[in-house]
Amino acid sequence: MKELKILGIVTVFTLILYWGVEPFAHSQMHKHVEGDDFKYADLPALKVKGNAQNGQALAAACVGCHSIKTQGMAAPMDAVTSAQTYGVNPPDLSNIGALLDEKFLAHFLLDPAKVTKSKHFAMPPSAGSEQDAADIVAYFKSIAPKDVSPKEAYVTACGRCHANRYDHWTQIGDVPKTKSNIKTGVDLDALEFKKKVGIYQNKLADYMGKLPPDLSIIIRARSEKFLETFIEDPQSQLPGTAMPRVGLTKEGYEKVKAYLEKTGDPSKPLREETGPKVLLFFVIFTFLAFLWKKSMWKGHH
Amino acid sequence: MAHFDENARPFSHKWLNERLAIDTLKRVLSTEYWIPKNINFLWAMGMVLAATFGLLLISGIFLLMYYQPNTQLAFDSVNYTIMSEVGYGWLWRHIHGVGASVVFLIIYIHMFTGIYYGSYKKGRELIWLSGMLLFVLFSAEAFSGYMLPWGQMSYWAGMVITNLFSGGSLHANGLVEWIRGDYVPGQAFLNRFFMLHVLLVPLAIIGVIVLHFGTLRIPHVNNQDGEEIDFEEAAELYKAGKVKESKVIPFNPVFLSKDVFVMGVYFILFFYLVFYHFEFAMDPVNFDPADPLKTPTHIYPEWYFLWSYEVLRPFPTDPGLVAFGFAQVIFFLLPFLDRSPNVAPASRRGAFKFWFWALLIDMIVLTFMGKLPPEGIWSTIGLIAALTFIGLWIALPIITAKEKKL
Ligand code: HEC
Ligand code: HEC
Ligand code: HEM
Repeated sequence: MKELKILGIVTVFTLILYWGVEPFAHSQMHKHVEGDDFKYADLPALKVKGNAQNGQALAAACVGCHSIKTQGMAAPMDAVTSAQTYGVNPPDLSNIGALLDEKFLAHFLLDPAKVTKSKHFAMPPSAGSEQDAADIVAYFKSIAPKDVSPKEAYVTACGRCHANRYDHWTQIGDVPKTKSNIKTGVDLDALEFKKKVGIYQNKLADYMGKLPPDLSIIIRARSEKFLETFIEDPQSQLPGTAMPRVGLTKEGYEKVKAYLEKTGDPSKPLREETGPKVLLFFVIFTFLAFLWKKSMWKGHH
Repeated sequence: MAHFDENARPFSHKWLNERLAIDTLKRVLSTEYWIPKNINFLWAMGMVLAATFGLLLISGIFLLMYYQPNTQLAFDSVNYTIMSEVGYGWLWRHIHGVGASVVFLIIYIHMFTGIYYGSYKKGRELIWLSGMLLFVLFSAEAFSGYMLPWGQMSYWAGMVITNLFSGGSLHANGLVEWIRGDYVPGQAFLNRFFMLHVLLVPLAIIGVIVLHFGTLRIPHVNNQDGEEIDFEEAAELYKAGKVKESKVIPFNPVFLSKDVFVMGVYFILFFYLVFYHFEFAMDPVNFDPADPLKTPTHIYPEWYFLWSYEVLRPFPTDPGLVAFGFAQVIFFLLPFLDRSPNVAPASRRGAFKFWFWALLIDMIVLTFMGKLPPEGIWSTIGLIAALTFIGLWIALPIITAKEKKL
């Protein structure tokens, strides 16, 4: 039938057009990076087995800078003071055993700057030997909570550098609920908090060379492939960047991604729910229209 | 003095007829607006365009209730307020984004249908010209709308496109600043593009759609064979009940029923894109907030502007601008550059057949190259395609003048 032939031609040209401006153009514009599925193949396998009990003693040194809140160990300094000392606030270590790759973490403790591939990394080497490193890792694995929420994963792995304003997250914590003075409208507590964030961000920008971007809607600004390979190894996509390789496991990355999806693309569940209904409506609409057309054109040919 | 029946019930048929002539209106505009029977679904594209414009208008009105035309607030008003706080705000936005992209696909199909069947000739010149006016207005509407989220692409595309008005070595920087209201895109720039997008351009579009419909009424639409139909005679035949013998059908309800069916098929595709495949219409780069200090690695316009962008890019600045100006106006001249007397599908028009397919393929090649980085082989292909484009239009009057009368 002639109309179907025409429809075929229109469809073919439309698809060619789409292919050229979308998949093809993007494949040419963006560097192709092969990820290694968060296996960190560049780091050799550990030759020793860790002992959590020894690790616990060694981890006491970590609390000179970090907190381990689930074990009742507070940080020696607040976030702003830490940033004034190191340029950034060392993350809480409670759940690193659940989020970071074991092999990565052990090598990281031996030589943080090299393993994170950042030119400078404010944390000094913190394990004397491979055995010590393995012991510390074993300890953090032993205290790791079974369930880490997407937000907790983000806070541990990215939150010290990246704000997320759509979730009211700043590098020093959630924006607190404050009240303004009814007579003047001035909210001193909020201003106080803003100032603290400001001081932190200035220090962070000095340390990193620039302020790391807010990640509220990054999930729509970058392709999935980019995010995955970039977080696995920032140097692979932005050579020379100050962002460190953080050493997430595949599951840890999935958690971070779930959080970014929640803040940057919150309509996904509703889309998946509404879509089929709307399409069904138009299928029925089209079917009825077809019957109407048939009856109208009866006897015309 | 008209006669008004004092006993007519207000808003009754008679009452309305005496005041609005609704029977006559209905007859002239729909039940006795005759459409040739010999047409295919491509003739429904006009109504598909009208429906898409309707979708854009409605979704736009909803977006307008929450959008903030302020360089500090615009990005988050769209990406946060509308996308996550407003109930179904994301749906309106995705309809608006997908609609803006798809409307151009349908416009191009509609234009190339007109070119293929020669529907711009012999009394149909004004249809074509008003259609081209709509194309220009839709381009302005799409461009101004693209500025509003104030993302990286908004800012930098705004910068690059307004820069074109400096006229190359004319260095008309004053003109560029006048258009921007500032040295660089900023608050004044955003505000005026906001005004254009939500008021002036849509108003003009509605006006020109009415004009476009008006220009159709007397020449009637063309048909698949370019056959010249005696509409009066055919209409009499139809009204006498010889619907099978008559070459025409009334717009309402017979042709309309087909329009609505085609629209239904189109809506299925449209809403599939809205729910499952909207990314193609919303460039990722525009989800980074505008940053005047950071030029994106690749700056490119939306897909529907790529071919004309690529007619500009491969040349040095001044000739490039001339070529670009050429690309913008040349389609307006089509009814006068085509000098053949034939109104017929391209397939029966000898050399014009090759011209038609060459133009279509060349514009697709230009579109591909317009997005790719202008390096190596891509810029060579782009240059050849741009020269081919210009060459084709220069050749058009020559090959059509030689065309034999059918
Ligand atoms: C120690 C600080 C630090 C940590 C921790 C960190 N980043 Fe970054 N990140 C940066 C800096 C600095 C940049 C800017 C890089 C540049 O432009 O060179 C950046 C940039 C980015 C970008 C944008 C890259 C681009 O294309 O411009 C993304 C996405 C990103 N980070 C994601 C993450 C995620 C996800 C995490 C947690 C898993 C994370 N980052 C952890 C410092 C950090
Ligand atoms: C002298 C202070 C100091 C000590 C001691 C210290 N750290 Fe750190 N650590 C930091 C700082 C500062 C950072 C953040 C650096 C950055 O992001 O650039 C950090 C970051 C980390 C990270 C995050 C790395 C990543 O991949 O994102 C882990 C894990 C970590 N430290 C574990 C430990 C452990 C375990 C110990 C004890 C064995 C320890 N640290 C001792 C200062 C310290
Ligand atoms: C964007 C908004 C537009 C709308 C709403 C619109 C609407 C319509 C409608 C309803 C028709 C009659 C039905 C049909 O033949 O499809 C029509 C016909 C036509 N339009 Fe458009 N149109 C638009 C844009 C354009 C453009 C950009 C052009 C090309 C420059 C154009 C050129 C024509 C021509 C030549 C016809 C006559 C077709 C024939 O006689 O066979 N229109 N238009």
